[in-house]
Amino acid sequence: MDTTSTSEAPAVSIRGLRKQYGDVAAVDGIDLDIARGETFALLGPNGAGKSTTIEILEGYRLRTGGDASVLGVDPARGGLEWKSRIGIVLQSGTESGAMTVREQLAHFAGLYPHPRDVDEVIAAVGLDEKARTRIAKLSGGQRRRLDVALGIVGRPELLFLDEPTTGFDPEARREFWDLIRELKREGTTILLTTHYLDEAAQLGDRAGIIIGGKLVDVGPVHELGGAEARVPIVRWRDRDGSPRETRTERPAELVASVARELGTEPAELEVIRPSLEDIYLDLVRAAGAETRETEEARA
Amino acid sequence: MSATDLTTATGPAAGIRRPGRLSLGVSRIGYEVKSYFRSPDAVFFTFLFPFIMLGIFTAAFSSAGDIQPAPGMEGISVGAYYLPGLLAAGMLLSGVQNLAIDIAIEKGDGTLKRLGGTPLSPVSYFIGKIGQVFVTGVLQAALLLLAAATIFGIALPTEPEKWVTFAWVFVLGVGTSALLGIALSSVPRSGKSAAAVVIPILLVLQFISGVYLQFYALPEWMQNVASLFPLKWMAQGMRAVFLPEDFAVLEQNGAWDLGWVAVALLAWLVIGLVLSRLTFRWIRRDA
Repeated sequence: MDTTSTSEAPAVSIRGLRKQYGDVAAVDGIDLDIARGETFALLGPNGAGKSTTIEILEGYRLRTGGDASVLGVDPARGGLEWKSRIGIVLQSGTESGAMTVREQLAHFAGLYPHPRDVDEVIAAVGLDEKARTRIAKLSGGQRRRLDVALGIVGRPELLFLDEPTTGFDPEARREFWDLIRELKREGTTILLTTHYLDEAAQLGDRAGIIIGGKLVDVGPVHELGGAEARVPIVRWRDRDGSPRETRTERPAELVASVARELGTEPAELEVIRPSLEDIYLDLVRAAGAETRETEEARA
Repeated sequence: MSATDLTTATGPAAGIRRPGRLSLGVSRIGYEVKSYFRSPDAVFFTFLFPFIMLGIFTAAFSSAGDIQPAPGMEGISVGAYYLPGLLAAGMLLSGVQNLAIDIAIEKGDGTLKRLGGTPLSPVSYFIGKIGQVFVTGVLQAALLLLAAATIFGIALPTEPEKWVTFAWVFVLGVGTSALLGIALSSVPRSGKSAAAVVIPILLVLQFISGVYLQFYALPEWMQNVASLFPLKWMAQGMRAVFLPEDFAVLEQNGAWDLGWVAVALLAWLVIGLVLSRLTFRWIRRDA
């Protein structure tokens, strides 16, 4: 799809989004734009507000504040025409499953104006062998594949994926990533939530980190946390055995000078380039400390 | 998988019409019927239940002799007397019990949430459920009548007028039951508790409405309470079809009162329609 022709209006646009439960704000003022054709990953610890945010955008929950527009429509008022343009993969369903995989997909395909070919979708999620098996007899991972198949069979312009690969083995995750890249190539806009940083890194053009209902960082995955968070760390032990740690853009130089000073090989020398996971955990910790501080200040 | 396999999503579907509510509803009927007959517990407790009860009544009371409208008048077998009540119970079970439990479970297990995210109108969903109740209700009634005539030796009416009465009582009764089932499905707090909430309510109703107990033998206050609910009228309509004319004297007013049967069932049909439309939600969005 020619993304430039439709990219004037973002696929998803939210401003000051809030969801309040009594005194608790599950979503606490989020601003975000997701461009047409973009794949955006929402990261965050459990209970941070990822699913609440995505469910507001899917039309499943009503926001208590702010503005939201999904494919140009307020999701709180999305009608059937709007629903035919989005695809939703929820966190695992537990339907009784009297239908077979193929029957279920064929039925759901029939709900949409221009669905994908059912057998192609079955093949794309790797369920060919199970096409004639009743849903109740599928394993957890196979059910998850079916969830994904049901989400894409309507040929959505915008696909929501809420923790899509939970319960997948590593091979199944790779295959799933390939499928998502294929959808992306075709111009599908994708919003996914995930716990897995490598998943965000593999799939996301950009990622956002939600902690305590706030979006603490947004950007291309390799820039999350800012340049500062990526400065290499050098660790070693002094002559007296006390640990030392320094961040520097020129680790080789530092190591050389430390070795010169000590006159010997520094003990337990390490040069660390913070991984995405390190950066993410730092952000979560920092945000946690901040929340505690404000709570203490309030008390 | 190549790029041509899953072809492009190209903006709003200009010129492509969404499938209509009615045609989707019809496709839902097939889906629902298939799914119903693949669920053994639904088939046993709602579909086969009236057969089992007819068998038990016939066997248990066979030694009690025939039931007569008045001393000295010609009587009919216990099985023949209970047949209309069990037909009415079948309509109630296929409609109210089946749907109230089924939809509550679908709400609990995420089926409704998934459907709520698709371009399926609740109207189409209703058509599917009501259609499923009609299909299974017709099959159930046909099999019950067949069993009555062949296995239990019960004489069925031959007059066409009787079957016309049967047809409208059946259609109104099943339609009302289906809508009340949709409405009642919002009462249980979870799919797991649905059967425990729904079955006792309906069991009480069956006892006071002349399904398991002979209606004329119930105290008047109980008959009056039963008259507030639709099952009594379904059973009365069915008795008008299947019992000999002499039995009309056993009714509350000494007559079949088919006019009142129609009024009561229509009133409940409207109540069911309004309640189901007002109470039905794919999911609670304020949650």
